[in-house]
Order: sequence, then structure tokens, then C-alpha cells
Amino acid sequence: MELPAQTFQVTRADLVRYAGASGDFNPIHWSDRVATTVGLPGVIAHGMFTMALVGRAVTEWAGSPDAVVEYGVRFTRPVVVPDDDQGTEIEVTARVREVTGDGLTRLEVTATCLGEKVLSQARATIRTAR
Amino acid sequence: MPLDPSFVGRTYPPTAPYQVGREKIREFASAIGATDPAHHDPEAARALGHSDVVAPPTFPVIVTMAASSQIIEDPALGVDYSRLVHGDQRFAYTRPVVAGDELVCTNTIEDVSTRGGHGFLTTRTDVSTVGGEPVVAVWARYVIRGEA
Repeated sequence: MELPAQTFQVTRADLVRYAGASGDFNPIHWSDRVATTVGLPGVIAHGMFTMALVGRAVTEWAGSPDAVVEYGVRFTRPVVVPDDDQGTEIEVTARVREVTGDGLTRLEVTATCLGEKVLSQARATIRTAR
Repeated sequence: MPLDPSFVGRTYPPTAPYQVGREKIREFASAIGATDPAHHDPEAARALGHSDVVAPPTFPVIVTMAASSQIIEDPALGVDYSRLVHGDQRFAYTRPVVAGDELVCTNTIEDVSTRGGHGFLTTRTDVSTVGGEPVVAVWARYVIRGEA
């Protein structure tokens, strides 16, 4: 079963806000100068910000903010965020892999930016909604 | 310089307690656009059976990333931070983090290897309350890019 797709817009302002809230001030997430010096095309989103947005999608599907039992991802491709008002978009979809007898649902999650997957092995286990 | 595989299995002393504040959870939830009332309103969280506002699933990384400096900045291990790339991240929850928790992290090095000129480091952080109640186990895998 496929779950309804969710789309998240990501702008530079979101990265600055996430940096402050998370304490991750690595300049590749706010300075084009530093990002390009280390070989990136420009400022990229924190991997953990992408993971947090995908986590929002997962809790949304679960129907409860406290239903996530396990959640893991591999970061495979950076999310480049241009310095304009639109930024970029991350689209998140998921497929139910398994519903266990003891009340758990296992999801296989896909996150893409500009049509390219930005995560692999993205999986979440949630308590099945009653 | 390749990472020393003898570090596998090493456990570090528990970190100083991190006090989870209600406003920090609200700030983090707002930064990721998480609007569920249980992240913001203690009454909504209590209705779900929690003592105070509930943190979003990736909130524990605030605590574990700070704690992991114990490993990443361990001069004996010798990780080159400028070459460090976050590869994988995983959380296994006993329960969600809630405001008022005082969290202690115990870091363990689960794996150290070198392949294709790149170093790989897997850490496990057991996050528990100061009273010893387990809350969440957090794994991170880092790639230390080799010299091109």
C-alpha cells in the first residue's frame, strides 16, 4: 500500500532556523563561500533537517506524534537550497512493507528532490493506528 | 591515516545531564514545521499520556551530536573533522523524549573500518534518564573521506 505523498518546501531561512534550533552551525548550511570551497554546488540542507521533515511525514501517516518506534536513513545526495524565495522542494512517499501481528507497521520511505532520491534505506516502524 | 580498529567496542564515560526544556522542544518543532499540538501544548501531550510536551522523532540528535564530540574529538582516535561526512542515522525509541527529561548519553564505538581509502565509523549512543530509564538508542555512521 502506498501512502499519500507529502511535499516540503525548503528555503535558506528554514536552514538558518534549523541551525539555531538544532545547534548545528556548520557553515556549508548557510555560506555559499564555504560550501563551494569544499566542492559543493552551493549551500545544502542539513541531512538531519531532511530527516526531520521525513519524520514529520512519518508521524503524519502514523496519525500521532509519539507513534514512531524506529526510524533510520542513509544520506545519499545533498539537497541544494538556492538563495531565492522559493528554495527547493522535498517530496516524501512511503509504502507499507509489513503490518506485524504485534501492532507495528513497517514503512519503506522515499524522499526526492528535483526527481532524485536524497535518502536510501529510509525505513520507519510505527505503532499501527487503532 | 587509517582509523585504529582496536577502538571497536570502546565505551566512553556517561555525559553530563542534558535538561530538556519545553521551549526547546517548541523551538525545534517550529523549526521543522511540526504543528501537532502535543509538541507545543502540555495539555495536548497529557491527553496522550505524557507528562509534558513531546519532542519530534529526530530531536534527540541535539543531545547525541553534542555527546558524540567525545568520540569525534578523541585525539587518540584521530578523526579529521574536515573530512567527516554524515552517512547514516538511526533511532530506536523506548519512548519519546518529553520536556523535563534529564538525559545522559553513553557512547560506544560499534565499528571502525577502512575501505577504498575511506574511513568508516559507527557510533551508538544510549540515551537514558539520570535515573537510568532507557529512552532512545541512536546510531550514526560517518564516512571520513580519504585524500583524493
